[in-house]
Amino acid sequence: MTERTIHALGEAYRRGDTTPTAVTEAYLARIEKFDGHVGAYLTVTREPALRAAAAADARHRARAPLGPLDGVPIALKDVLCTKGIRTTCGSKILESFVPPYDATVVARLAAAGAVVLGKTNMDEFAMGSSTEHSAFKPTRNPWDLARVPGGSSGGSAVAVAAHLAAGAFGTDTGGSIRQPAAFCGTVGLKPTYGRVSRYGLVAFASSLDQIGPFAKNVRDAALLLQAIAGHDPHDATSVAAPVPDYAAALDGRVHGLRAGIPREYFAEGVDPEIARAVRAAIETLRGLGVATEEVSLPTTGYALAAYYLIAPAEASSNLARYDGVKYGLRVPGGKDLIEMSSRTRAAGFGAEVKRRVMLGTYALSAGYSEAYYGRAQKVRTLVRRDFETAFARVDLLLAPTTPNVAFKHGEKEDPLAMYLNDALTIPVNLAGLPGLSVRCGFTAAGLPIGLQLIGKPFDEATLLRVADAYERATTWLAREPALP
Amino acid sequence: MSTLTKTGWDVVIGLEVHAQLLTRSKMFCGCPTAFGARPNSQTCPVCQGMPGVLPVVNRRAIEFGIKTALAFTCRINPACRFARKHYYYPDMPKNFQISQYEEPLAEDGALEIDVDGASRAIGIQRLHLEEDVGKLLHEGTLETAQASLVDYNRSGVPLMETVSRPDLRSPEEAAAYLRAFRAVLVYLGVCDGNMEEGSLRCDANVSLRPRGATELGTKVEIKNMNSFRNVKLALEFEVKRQRQALAAGERIVQETRLWDADRGYTRAMRSKEYAHDYRYFPEPDLVPLEIERAWVDAIRAALPELPRQRRERFVRQYGLPPYDAGVLTQSRALAEYYEAAVREFRQPKIVSNWIMSELLRELPGDDERAIERAPVPPANLAGLLRLIEDGTISGKIAKDVFQKMVGSGEDARTIVAREGLTQVADEGALAAVIDQVLAQNPKAVEDYKGGKTAAKGALVGQVMKATRGKANPAIVNRLLEEKLSKI
Ligand SMILES: [Zn+2]
Repeated sequence: MTERTIHALGEAYRRGDTTPTAVTEAYLARIEKFDGHVGAYLTVTREPALRAAAAADARHRARAPLGPLDGVPIALKDVLCTKGIRTTCGSKILESFVPPYDATVVARLAAAGAVVLGKTNMDEFAMGSSTEHSAFKPTRNPWDLARVPGGSSGGSAVAVAAHLAAGAFGTDTGGSIRQPAAFCGTVGLKPTYGRVSRYGLVAFASSLDQIGPFAKNVRDAALLLQAIAGHDPHDATSVAAPVPDYAAALDGRVHGLRAGIPREYFAEGVDPEIARAVRAAIETLRGLGVATEEVSLPTTGYALAAYYLIAPAEASSNLARYDGVKYGLRVPGGKDLIEMSSRTRAAGFGAEVKRRVMLGTYALSAGYSEAYYGRAQKVRTLVRRDFETAFARVDLLLAPTTPNVAFKHGEKEDPLAMYLNDALTIPVNLAGLPGLSVRCGFTAAGLPIGLQLIGKPFDEATLLRVADAYERATTWLAREPALP
Repeated sequence: MSTLTKTGWDVVIGLEVHAQLLTRSKMFCGCPTAFGARPNSQTCPVCQGMPGVLPVVNRRAIEFGIKTALAFTCRINPACRFARKHYYYPDMPKNFQISQYEEPLAEDGALEIDVDGASRAIGIQRLHLEEDVGKLLHEGTLETAQASLVDYNRSGVPLMETVSRPDLRSPEEAAAYLRAFRAVLVYLGVCDGNMEEGSLRCDANVSLRPRGATELGTKVEIKNMNSFRNVKLALEFEVKRQRQALAAGERIVQETRLWDADRGYTRAMRSKEYAHDYRYFPEPDLVPLEIERAWVDAIRAALPELPRQRRERFVRQYGLPPYDAGVLTQSRALAEYYEAAVREFRQPKIVSNWIMSELLRELPGDDERAIERAPVPPANLAGLLRLIEDGTISGKIAKDVFQKMVGSGEDARTIVAREGLTQVADEGALAAVIDQVLAQNPKAVEDYKGGKTAAKGALVGQVMKATRGKANPAIVNRLLEEKLSKI
């Protein structure tokens, strides 16, 4: 039952084959049985989930469901504020933080009837690419428990890949949805910056963060995006552009679309097995009538450096509020307020968070701000222009999601080696574009590979249409991870 | 000024004024802004700086900013931006303040002030909007407190910061600037102007330079001056302190000093208390704000009459001396009071005299709320003046009646009727009283007849006493003269 897609669950509810409560119970049982192995969840919200499922039961019985997500069990990255439910951001400093409000996305999902199974593990404050930097536990890749699931939304990716949720939500600041989606072989979509409200998303880097879905297939991703997309008066950066019917876009009509293949995304450092799989996927799409041409995004190589100034700069500011005064951890014993805050932050933040806060503080400090933060913003403008130039010629870009597949726990202890993991996803965040990762094969060792589709601003529909056509033309989804 | 110029130093002062805007809701959330509510009762996740919250700009606050900027003839920038200003302090929930830095709402304006009868334009460098911080309450003194409490009701209240150019040349000019500034804000209805409650806060940059020099001297920032009086006292102290230091050949240290109103001096803050690297950067949670021309034009068209214009009109329209017009227009409430009274009693100078000598003895003329709630409303003042004009009461009695009006809130006619204060103008009744007085004071009558005309005054006084001041003095004088001439 937990292997069914959201689309299939909706059909089953409609026919009366099963009920939201039965499905929710099945998921809770599976979480009980397997989450000890993979560690996807930080908090399982059994009671509220069963209550929400019962309410969905009644609506389905009355033949008046709220929509395609009514009664669908989902998981939320623990960076999304949930009223009355602990929201830790994977950090000691927020271990006991219970938000007094729901994120807009959470409220919209509740209004759509979704059943929240729990909150998923993540790299602390979404800073990381492996979900090893959670203050509570590492999350393991269901395809190989010795390997990482990617990050920072590793818990959500694993919840979907291991059928511990029908769908899940994560956040993507530099690749934190697409990279774990690729590592775990799920669909992962980072919407255009401004497509989805960030209100209630605990900020890492405000100008880059975006919430998006993980799904078992592209159709489900379309349904999940539909529920959360659209302008929100609480988020001034959310955009009032109309939201199309994403499911309706999955009509398989890709013939005549033009796809660009960015040369720089196949450069040295990309695992040959990945390059091969992605090239094969491109051939498949050509077979479906997609025209392809090589394009160049010459500033790609500078994007990583710019990102590692802008994101930490914003993070140093966003994380300044965790001082032990108002909520979360407080380490007592300081002789004054400043010392109380210093002690709290010293004890509450992990090493990676501290590293980035220091990096960001430095990048913004007087005398250096122009050289670091200022110049990084200029690079960001150039990166955006690169994409604009490419999109004058093509409808979307096709590339690998990651330069390598899931690596072993503890393998990338050097922060720089870890940062390089996001080299192919970060430019998309800097430009604020939508990006989607879809399974496009396996390595010889049996690890999933992700194909990245990059679109024009607010053109998620084209990404979903092409990825859906690709998915239906291939059989990669038939393979499932084997849990012990 | 004269003592300063003698020393050969020019005083250079610039003021930074923070004004709390009278919007109903806060700068970046929907919480109410009312003063004096129960601690933390007017807060929400946004103004408490909870994880995950985002700011949304209050359009009304922007409108108030534009209004003020137009009154100061500033240039409104077609686009402005908010920026984060970072420093650690527990009264600031996010540990950064959303303010404006490189792209403020408005720049380059001026405010005219009057000092010693001459008028001068003081440059305004910039005007921007930001959010206020909360309040820390310490159990005991700051140094010994074992615990501190924080009230976020004020957190997020819209603040408007206006920075003057260093054009002020004396503490008097600084005080005049602040008064004129405050009057404009109050006229516009954007700020209540209450310095004691902190609705209006002022910091100053003070430096001295050799007379005639163009280069600025080392400036010292003065904080914590929470009344007009304190601004003047603090600046006078600081000017004196710097003048003495320079005379002694010392170098002025660039620093921030706090005015201690109780002790009457400024003291240097520890460098830890103010040496911040604010690490400004554009607020990523807010998009740049575009200010449409049409909006600015609409606000400009709806600007009310400003203090200066009103003062000039009072001189023109009511024939008032400029001094009267200046006093009466110091606050919008007082000017409105005056005009309401004049509408009902059309002798502008008499109304002005009564307001300046009697009403302002009871109420501070710059306290809007006090004037609006005056126990003697304009109509009642006019009623009192009518009673003098028609001879019902004398001017002297009227002053007593005014005092009673202040005490009871009743109108003049009620008090006069109840207390029998109507002037006795009945000649028959007065003649009887005069006969009685003449009979009882043969000595005075004799003196008068003997050529001591001053004796008449004593007799008038006796008549007034016998009538408890109610006799019409003109009639008494006439009747008395008639009777004395017949004796
Ligand atoms: Zn609020």
